[in-house]
Amino acid sequence: MKLKGGTSLWIGGGLVFIAIAAALAAPLIALTDPVLDANLMNAEIPPGWDFPFGTDAQGRDIYSRIVYGARVSLTVGIASQILNSLIGVTLGLTAGYWGGWWDDLVSGLTNLMLAIPSLVFALAIMAILGPGLVSLVIALGLTSWSYSCRITRAQVLSLKSQGYVQAAQVLGYGDLRIMFTQVLPNILGPLIVIATLGMGGAILAEAALSFLGLGIRPPFPSWGSMLSEARDQIRTVPWLSVFPGLAIFLTVLGLNLLGDGLRDILDPQSTSRRA
Amino acid sequence: MLAVLARRLANVVPTLLAVVALVFLLFSVLPGSFISGMNEDGRSTIDPAVMERMRKEMGLDDPLPQRFAKYVAHTAVGDLGTSFRTREPVTRLIGARIWPSLKLVFAAMTFAIAVGVTLGFLAALKPGSLIDTISMVGAISGLSLSQFWFGLMLMYLFALTLGWLPSFGYGDGGLRYLILPAVALGVGPMALLARTTRAAVLDVLNADFVRTARSKGMSERLVVKWHVLRNALVLVVTIVGLQFGSLMGQAVVVEKLFSWPGVGSLLVDSVFQRDMPAVQGCILMIVLFFLVINTLVDMAYVAIDPRIRYR
Amino acid sequence: MNALLRVEDLRLALTDSDGRRHDAVENVSFEIARGDAFGLVGESGCGKSITALSIMGLLRRPLSLAGGRIVLDGEEIQDAPAARWRELRGGKIAMIFQEPMTALNPLSPVGRQIAEMFVLHQGASWNEAMDRAEEALRQVRVPSPERRIRDYPHQLSGGMRQRVMIAIALACSPELLIADEPTTALDVTVQAEIVDLMAELCAAKGTAILMISHDLGLVANMCRRVAVMYAGRIVEAQPSDAIFATPRHPYTQGLVNSLPRLGERAQRGQQRLREIAGVVPSIQAYPAGCRFNPRCASATEICRLEAPEATPLPADGIVRCFHHA
Repeated sequence: MKLKGGTSLWIGGGLVFIAIAAALAAPLIALTDPVLDANLMNAEIPPGWDFPFGTDAQGRDIYSRIVYGARVSLTVGIASQILNSLIGVTLGLTAGYWGGWWDDLVSGLTNLMLAIPSLVFALAIMAILGPGLVSLVIALGLTSWSYSCRITRAQVLSLKSQGYVQAAQVLGYGDLRIMFTQVLPNILGPLIVIATLGMGGAILAEAALSFLGLGIRPPFPSWGSMLSEARDQIRTVPWLSVFPGLAIFLTVLGLNLLGDGLRDILDPQSTSRRA
Repeated sequence: MLAVLARRLANVVPTLLAVVALVFLLFSVLPGSFISGMNEDGRSTIDPAVMERMRKEMGLDDPLPQRFAKYVAHTAVGDLGTSFRTREPVTRLIGARIWPSLKLVFAAMTFAIAVGVTLGFLAALKPGSLIDTISMVGAISGLSLSQFWFGLMLMYLFALTLGWLPSFGYGDGGLRYLILPAVALGVGPMALLARTTRAAVLDVLNADFVRTARSKGMSERLVVKWHVLRNALVLVVTIVGLQFGSLMGQAVVVEKLFSWPGVGSLLVDSVFQRDMPAVQGCILMIVLFFLVINTLVDMAYVAIDPRIRYR
Repeated sequence: MNALLRVEDLRLALTDSDGRRHDAVENVSFEIARGDAFGLVGESGCGKSITALSIMGLLRRPLSLAGGRIVLDGEEIQDAPAARWRELRGGKIAMIFQEPMTALNPLSPVGRQIAEMFVLHQGASWNEAMDRAEEALRQVRVPSPERRIRDYPHQLSGGMRQRVMIAIALACSPELLIADEPTTALDVTVQAEIVDLMAELCAAKGTAILMISHDLGLVANMCRRVAVMYAGRIVEAQPSDAIFATPRHPYTQGLVNSLPRLGERAQRGQQRLREIAGVVPSIQAYPAGCRFNPRCASATEICRLEAPEATPLPADGIVRCFHHA
């Protein structure tokens, strides 16, 4: 977003920082244990002094669950993007560098991935792996590697055509060394931008999958599964619908703003501004 | 033109085949996805002999390539297998749900284009103005929110509190039932379209040929009408095509939220019940739809941009 | 004097990203008589293009008109309301640009782009306008105009596209045609054709030409008077034959000397092409005093301190130099 100067960067960074801080400090800032402290005597209390975000139908403090939920979302977000980048960069590097049938295979695979809506693919993988944090990370890591793969491959090809690769080969550099010293530094910038924006997408996807019941299963708190409960309890506990969604919104907004801001610094000529 | 369309549609087949293969592979290679899955679902009292018979019946002991070939052959004639759960042909199960899903997706996209492109245009024509800021803030917010959360909020506000619209279901198929799900689903693409349109229009406004148009003595309104519109449209069409894919994915969640009887909610239910033939069938259907849409978008491209036509 | 166009003391400012204003062009004055051909010469970045844009009222942020007058046919137009500018553009003043490929709408047939002129300024119907567009193409010597009007820009060659641009510009018989580097992007053989075409059509219609180029030879050939710009100022203005025969400003001398001419140099014993040392300064970093002083062989102390005033020369010429020839 075109905000004056680095405003996106600061606001985005600020929001993300709050989310990370909340996640890390969860045990310290939560009021109760998010899973165990379910006191039916406290059920369905609207937001107030004792319970800042109110309680749900099982009498659990919503605020504490949100704070612990941050752990899930951020872990999934970060871990899946790391996996994403690893797969994407490796495939992109090798495909661009060695070319030939391997490149054809990788490109074919990339095009294939683009033909399947990512949430549907993630769903399928979750169906096979079963619910849980690890499955989520794997599923989300496997769905969006095509972007990082593409830019890495494009960068390799561009360097190849500029002769850098040949020059290094003539100097006797090994393939791996070339890839690491020549190509990687050039893609680091765009890669960071993609990873940041991708984290936002991963968090939204995790929420969707948990909402459907395929991600983090109750009673463990995840923003998505809380919204699923909220839907069932919408007439009696309407405030439960607000806070988890708000948490997701602010975190992803922060990541999007941060990503946009970083893009202006790290990847100024990016044509992917469009998408 | 028709020949090109036919050729493009024919290209869809290899991709579809590859997707089928991928899904098939995923579900078959992993141990225990099929039969034992059924067991996990509470039918743990199945006699092993019965299980053996079922395996033979479904040909699950045949080698993988053979099973795959059989699946493809069946699919080509429209037989997507039999649902584990309801013992109905999957094709019939899905068939009943195609129309609701189509309605939802198209309604959402229409909403997204109507609002998103308009906002983007207005924002670009008056950069730095209030409408520009509001549009772009709205856009980035739209990209950051969970569409089902937005749907939930809409549901709470318009259905439960104000009572203006029904809160879930397909009802009699009337428009009232379509509005909330379509808006909830469309808000994401709307946001992206607003951003993209704005960028595209700004780009075009700075182009050389727009300067030429101004030098002819054209008013800004005519410049936009005669020169900017079509050129910006080219870029927008690309994004619309791409967005259909993510829309189909998100539709799954929105359908579940609003209990909308579409292919997406069937997919989710089938996954829960380990009804693999149905899962495969749904994925196939969704991908097929996406590929066909992409082809149509490509065609629209050719219609708008003469540079491609006269290649 | 009954000049068609009189530019007086034009000053154009550039506001950079930090909000500071710089004078991109200052103190620019010249006159063009009815039906005359006037040339404006200078290297890239000297301000000639933006001067042309300001005469058309096409300056956009971050550029703006900071002072001076533009008088067209006795009417002051620099502050004219938007509606008046729309009448003038295409109607009384027209412009053609450097890159014909990007200057035409890629999605619209060229015939239509010409026809727009007739619809805009003469209230013609689209059918009439298309017929007249065909006629306009014929005038600029495009073969098979009845078929070409339906072509798209990418289907035509560079030379043809520039002809289309000329057809558009001259469609409503303007009184002044501004040509901003019209031949720079074209092949050499085509350049001559285009220049000849322009000269012929303008003479026939009585249209004055303001020819802008970095090519002194081209301009001197076509125009009756030439002004040389450097770093936003006019440093010399003379009739074209005089400017070639007796350039007075060191910069002009440098330009004239750097023109490759067959045989002459070899005759005089010089083998290498002469160049002007140094580079054109950026707007934000114009030197103090005479802006040419860092590159000038004749520069002295006063050149670094004061900007030279205009010294009159015979035949209404001027030169701005403390050490002019």
